[in-house]
Amino acid sequence: MYHKEKSIQIKNSASALYNNLGVLRIAPRSLTYFTVVHANVVNMVSASWDGLNYSHRQLQSKEPNVATSTSLIMQAAFCALPSRDLLVVTSQKGIQIYESDGSTMVYWHALDTPDTPTDQAVFARGISAVGKSYICVGDSSGSILVFDVPSKGSNITLSDVLKGHKKSITDIASECSGSQDCIADLISADDGGNLCVWKSGEEFQRFNNIPGFDISCTSVKLWKGTAVAGYGTGQIRLYEAVTGILHAEVNAHARWIYSLDIAPFSGLLLSAAEDSLVRVWHLSIKPESLSVEVAHLHNECVTDTQICGAKFCDGDGHAFAVTGYDLSEIIRYTQS
Amino acid sequence: MSMRTLPLVFINLGGEMLYILDQRLQALNTSEDNSEKGVWSENDRKRVMNGIVGAMFSKDFMDELLKPQQLYSHRTLKTVLTRIAHASIMRLNPASMDRLYELMVMAFKYQIFLCPRPKDLLLITYNHIDTIRELVKDTPVVVNQVDETHRKIIEVYSSLPEGEFQLLRQTLLIFFQDMHVRVSLFLKIQVQNPNGRFALSTSGPVPHGIDVPGLIRTFDGKGREVRRTEFPSGGSYSSSVREGCFELHGDRVIRLGMDMYTVNHPEETHTSKDTFVKTDNTNLLAKEELNLLARLMGSMKAEKEPKAETGFWINLFTTDQEEEEAGASGLAEEPLFEVINIQAMQDEQVTTELARIAGQFAEEEPPGNLTSSKGDDLLAMMDDL
Repeated sequence: MYHKEKSIQIKNSASALYNNLGVLRIAPRSLTYFTVVHANVVNMVSASWDGLNYSHRQLQSKEPNVATSTSLIMQAAFCALPSRDLLVVTSQKGIQIYESDGSTMVYWHALDTPDTPTDQAVFARGISAVGKSYICVGDSSGSILVFDVPSKGSNITLSDVLKGHKKSITDIASECSGSQDCIADLISADDGGNLCVWKSGEEFQRFNNIPGFDISCTSVKLWKGTAVAGYGTGQIRLYEAVTGILHAEVNAHARWIYSLDIAPFSGLLLSAAEDSLVRVWHLSIKPESLSVEVAHLHNECVTDTQICGAKFCDGDGHAFAVTGYDLSEIIRYTQS
Repeated sequence: MSMRTLPLVFINLGGEMLYILDQRLQALNTSEDNSEKGVWSENDRKRVMNGIVGAMFSKDFMDELLKPQQLYSHRTLKTVLTRIAHASIMRLNPASMDRLYELMVMAFKYQIFLCPRPKDLLLITYNHIDTIRELVKDTPVVVNQVDETHRKIIEVYSSLPEGEFQLLRQTLLIFFQDMHVRVSLFLKIQVQNPNGRFALSTSGPVPHGIDVPGLIRTFDGKGREVRRTEFPSGGSYSSSVREGCFELHGDRVIRLGMDMYTVNHPEETHTSKDTFVKTDNTNLLAKEELNLLARLMGSMKAEKEPKAETGFWINLFTTDQEEEEAGASGLAEEPLFEVINIQAMQDEQVTTELARIAGQFAEEEPPGNLTSSKGDDLLAMMDDL
């Protein structure tokens, strides 16, 4: 179904972090941007679709301390808003927002760090664009910071702080950006496996809580009102977001899931885990029963590699890319 | 990231260090008593073990480690581990220490990488503690220290949720990233590939609490299961085995963290010639890192050796130069490690050497003031930076 393509070499290896691959497709310029986090650096590659041109850039975490370990980056992700695309980088120090090509930093938000170290790590993690102009970023205390983004320029403001989680945020996802109408358009996950479902707006509303089982939900996606969540048990669960009804449960992987992605136009689902396997599934909504079904389509094994990032490169799921811990390449697969 | 890595780092790396030293010293042992000068006896080996374990598991040192703090640099870690090694009667030259550090780190990286569940990091730690207890079992005072530390670790870590353990594991994986030193033992038992990467199997039992992949369950609107479908998992997994014991004593079930070295395979502590060099673009250490170093060094017990005793230097591994002279390739057939240089040094020289080791991070030479204590020297140097 898929075959391996030529990998893209990156300047350093990927770190063992959840959702460690960012992809942004720039159709007008026939380019795709990729981001991979390595310790305190984000590796950015801009790849032309004809496979002939690759250009690299590295972004440092802000105020890198002399000791790298205190300025580690937790995640880098692209936020595609109706008016503009941005790149958000979250670290132990705070949140940096760049233009999507990484050329300029347009905003910096510092996290409150306690004066004396407590046993709780402090960091920001979980990034998603939502609605017409919002970027949501989670943190280790369980709060979600909502930033209001103007259509251009750097006048980004912190407009809200959502409290719905008690454990560290692991991932945030959205759907229905821009014009579509949805009951709920944002979902957030935490280290206890709890999911919160929200509706964005001037005042964000929390629609639902889907409780977890004390096992981290490491990656979450929202598609046609269905929450798709990956857990440390290697399971994927599909819930109806607004009601919390469980549609399906898959014993998908033998180790912690690190990344999920959905190709919205085709309903393809990608899951990747520390067990070295990437799996492709198909989600289908059955209108008569209003249930969602999962069918398994394909497996890829990245030998001896704990995968940390996997994303589709386009909305149909025609191609996907994968990163692994200690690997200095982005591996790509295309439909045959 | 995680603020709780240090105790586990020191116990596991220290454990690996002890396994290697135990194996090397046993290989060197050719006499039962102390009578032959320059030969390591069984008694000497036990004294080395007791000295190192006593220093590492001392209450003050462990209390410092247990304070929440970041994991800093390899340089700091190596400095403290060298100091711990030198709390015994044994002295290692820098080349030996470098090789030893590589071995320790690759073993621990292997264990973290293959750790089935994040909280199994504790079982790996307990495997190290169990074996350490065995190594010093003839000295009740030291066994007590080990037990006390074990109890504290149980107290602090038992209640940590899995998400926290995974963060701890991720912090360690980032710390050991890009290290691919090939170790001949690991290559031989095929846990490591010739390219330096560890083998990750897609067969065998799944970790405890995880279901074998391959099942899709579909539910209706009322939560009743309506269908079961199977899919090919691409591996051959089996159900998990029983869970290991997290108490002071018990069957850990997991074998990671147990002693992989035996006396009969002296070549197994050989590492590949491409020594890992992590490019650290900074020559300075962060202020917090220096403070940590000062606290850790200060909290270690200084062994009071009687004046008549001298420290014994040991060259654990042949240097690259000696290897080239012997015409050896990366993986030698002959165990070249039987060539050992042992030099006895005076206490005063040892003090200087320790101060030099402790001062390795400083760009300038430390002040040549040997009359003050080692601790004061170190702090004074740091104030000068």
